[in-house]
Amino acid sequence: MGPKALDYESLNENVKKVQYAVRGELYLRASELQKEGKKIIFTNVGNPHALGQKPLSFPRQVVALCQAPFLLDDPNVGMLFPVDAIARAKHYLTLTTGGLGAYSDSRGIPGIRKEVAEFIGRRDGYPSDPELIFLTDGASKGVMQILNCIIRGEGDGVLVPVPQYPLYSATISLFGGSLVPYYLEESANWGLDVNDLRQAVVQARSNGITVRAMVIINPGNPTGQCLSEANLREILRFCFHENLVLLGDEVYQQNIYQDERPFISARKVLMEMGPPLSNEVQLVSFHTVSKGYWGECGQRGGYFEMTNIPPKTVDEIYKIASISLSPNVPAQIFMGLMVNPPKPGDISYDQFVRESKGILESLRKRARIMTDGFNSCRNVVCNFTEGAMYSFPQIRLPPKAIEVAKKAGKVPDVFYCLKLLEATGISTVPGSGFGQKEGVFHLRTTILPAEEDMPAIMDSFKKFNDEFMEQYEDYRSYSRM
Amino acid sequence: MRRLVIGRTRDLLNRSHQNYRHSQHSLFLSSSRFLSSAPVIDSPSSSSSPPMSPPVTLNSINPKVVKCEYAVRGEIVTLAQKLQEEIQAKPGSQPFEEILYCNIGNPQSLGQQPITFFREVLALCDHPAILDKSETQGLFSADAIERAWQILDQIPGRATGAYSHSQGIKGLRDTIAAGIEARDGFPSNPDDIFLTDGASPAVHMMMQLLIRSEKDGILCPIPQYPLYSASIALHGGTLVPYYLDEATGWGLEISELKKQLGTARSKGIAVRALVVINPGNPTGQVLAEENQREIVEFCKDEGLVLLADEVYQENVYVPEKKFHSFKKVSRSMGYGEKDIHLVSFQSVSKGYYGECGKRGGYMEVTGFGADVREQMYKVASVNLCSNISGQILASLVMSPPKVGDESYESYCAERDGILLSLSRRAKMLEDAFNNLEGVTCNKAEGAMYLFPRIHLPEKAIRAAEEVKTAPDAFYCRRLLNATGIVVVPGSGFGQVPGTWHFRCTILPQEDKIPAVIDRLTDFHKSFMDEYRD
Repeated sequence: MGPKALDYESLNENVKKVQYAVRGELYLRASELQKEGKKIIFTNVGNPHALGQKPLSFPRQVVALCQAPFLLDDPNVGMLFPVDAIARAKHYLTLTTGGLGAYSDSRGIPGIRKEVAEFIGRRDGYPSDPELIFLTDGASKGVMQILNCIIRGEGDGVLVPVPQYPLYSATISLFGGSLVPYYLEESANWGLDVNDLRQAVVQARSNGITVRAMVIINPGNPTGQCLSEANLREILRFCFHENLVLLGDEVYQQNIYQDERPFISARKVLMEMGPPLSNEVQLVSFHTVSKGYWGECGQRGGYFEMTNIPPKTVDEIYKIASISLSPNVPAQIFMGLMVNPPKPGDISYDQFVRESKGILESLRKRARIMTDGFNSCRNVVCNFTEGAMYSFPQIRLPPKAIEVAKKAGKVPDVFYCLKLLEATGISTVPGSGFGQKEGVFHLRTTILPAEEDMPAIMDSFKKFNDEFMEQYEDYRSYSRM
Repeated sequence: MRRLVIGRTRDLLNRSHQNYRHSQHSLFLSSSRFLSSAPVIDSPSSSSSPPMSPPVTLNSINPKVVKCEYAVRGEIVTLAQKLQEEIQAKPGSQPFEEILYCNIGNPQSLGQQPITFFREVLALCDHPAILDKSETQGLFSADAIERAWQILDQIPGRATGAYSHSQGIKGLRDTIAAGIEARDGFPSNPDDIFLTDGASPAVHMMMQLLIRSEKDGILCPIPQYPLYSASIALHGGTLVPYYLDEATGWGLEISELKKQLGTARSKGIAVRALVVINPGNPTGQVLAEENQREIVEFCKDEGLVLLADEVYQENVYVPEKKFHSFKKVSRSMGYGEKDIHLVSFQSVSKGYYGECGKRGGYMEVTGFGADVREQMYKVASVNLCSNISGQILASLVMSPPKVGDESYESYCAERDGILLSLSRRAKMLEDAFNNLEGVTCNKAEGAMYLFPRIHLPEKAIRAAEEVKTAPDAFYCRRLLNATGIVVVPGSGFGQVPGTWHFRCTILPQEDKIPAVIDRLTDFHKSFMDEYRD
């Protein structure tokens, strides 16, 4: 008998093409070492709570009460939960039809979508329509749903920044589309040049690719740069002229560590540019409860907001959402709380602000500690982490190291990162997992380890790096070439 | 697991970048490139006029998206929602007071209460800060507190807000594997388990792995739960139908499977898998063990993956039938990993727990090589992990309170109360449907639905055609407008051509059932009066 249906040879080729380094080789090796008893510092994924960041108290109180509504009837509930958490839990329960255990509307609970719309309106100064906001099981699911609608086949291309968060490359592979890269310029603080975009599109079209969409990640991942308003205007004009739908991944909008370029949403800039752009440019904006100062990755809560998408398309997107019935309800409540946090005067306000500020201030400090730590190594150049949660230092590897890596069948940055892992327990993701220019190597780490652990981690890295350079920076090898 | 090749994406990027550099060399050197210095050039790119990429409209989105359908939340539900809005705006504007959603297996939206013990544990895991407080002892049962501690100790750093392992938290998978073993009497490997946001994403994952093109076919029961038809369409495959036999209580005949398989193959379709829903949806039948053995044998002989949708495993209402998992049946036939590819799906949405909104579930995959398992892991990892609360709930469902636990008795009372009530409601509605003129309804041996067959008079069929509606949809719409009861037309599930059905859940609270039956009966009578031949 021939190969069975689920033998490797007969799997969907698109699945085989998918790469997702964030949980790939380095992570798997780190997990193996951890099982063997080695202390591992997982900085491979933006997963704050896994590195000791505490959840904010108020949302956990509210959701716990929603999980166990019988608590609300108990006269002693006030001993464990503040009054405003109790009130908010009751509020969210009334927005559901049947509590946390019932499928909601496939787009998410209408009352919570309204809260999201109000948040967007306050943030941007332009009203947002709750009917065009869909809550999803994490922003990633939303990205996949939208790309699934856009990609018809390999003739369809999506402009993706390089370096990028590999959800985009993986999803494009999975749906059989074409990734059209546009390179961010490291020496210009990971800046984006519209001329590069134009050339990328021309190139793609000459290869027979119909470019349909453009992804921006703002603040960037892994690069951390915050786009300026001028940048966003250029990008929107570009999308208008080239008839592209803009996918704005804005999940790190709360994570800003410098004051020159605060976060400004693509939607706000679009609205400010007025007609015809504001009426015509198609835009989908993504957000999540996983990042920011909330870091509630495990809840899987997110949303996307559609601008200028025709009603019939919205219907189709709704139809796809309905097949999965509904996003998980607890995460929807987290989303409601995130966009509608405690206000001045609320009992929980002070604690909420204290907790939030504490996290953000510490992240800002850690961004600086890490950047400086990397830059203090002679063969490492690291742009400052303006936003998001990562540091993406460029590691200049000596030719011998590259040679040894290739002999071992490893991409050079993978080789370096594996050595780093084995020597120090620091688990990073090699830059090749995100894309980079040929012959240039990076690694991505998060800025999430606890502040008090940072100096030791950076020392540990520096020690490893210096030893690595000593080992492989062997001038005798040059003369042989 | 370590052989993941990073090369391809990098190669793709490098190749395209090389091309770009070679062709744009001069531009690269000469232009002032960066936004801070360069003036904005406000014109479209390129000298020759390229075809303008169409914006994202209905005509230009992925046609597979347009093709797929999912009636459970389809047209009739949209109509119902509109009517609901009208009632809210203008009370008394309709001949009924409320919309009764009998279209979807969503028990808690119709008043079913969650299992207290499960919610206690989940609340404590959501807010572990209170576990240390003495007041907590007064508000939560001792075994719930203990279980919460146990679960939290299985989570690194007790961080329920962190992404977990992409297959789900190891300790929870251990618990689930132990639960499967206790249920079946055969061992289960925690590494075979993938926790997912409900069973549906797991089904999608399998379709993605299996379907390479429209030449790949998946055998599906007709009638079926339309997740399968939708998922197959979305992934560009071909649905190969096999008909369940209404006359024999929706029996599944191997001869029918063989016939459909043969027909598909003769058309050049590579049939890859067989979907079996047991207990059935919408049909409610529970397979006899002998039947299940024949199915296992068939899959083994034909090299098909057996996709066993077992989400209703706790919903069995007749004493003469029992749920047997396909894993148990295969193993008791002496078939192991080498003999059969089997994927079993379970969910927290059904059973007696009905926790639809939590999106918890898993698939247990057995009989696959390590290289395929690597691919499954990889696909799971792109979404990082399923929601933690749902993972915890899945482990609770598979290992509920035991004899001697503080919550055991109240847990049993809640569970049995719900299951007995479901059983009674299934019978009441079945009898009511059978009492309607021209309607026959098979017993719901399990699951949560009834799927009555309506023999529509010619006059009604013509009236439906006149408004360009399928006859069963026509009937359902009229039913909705007259009574506020929402059911799903049989065409949403598939049926033998020329027969008409609708799917109605057994979930309205027991005290509402008599009124539901009255309204249905009155409507049906007047419908038949209007259209009787």
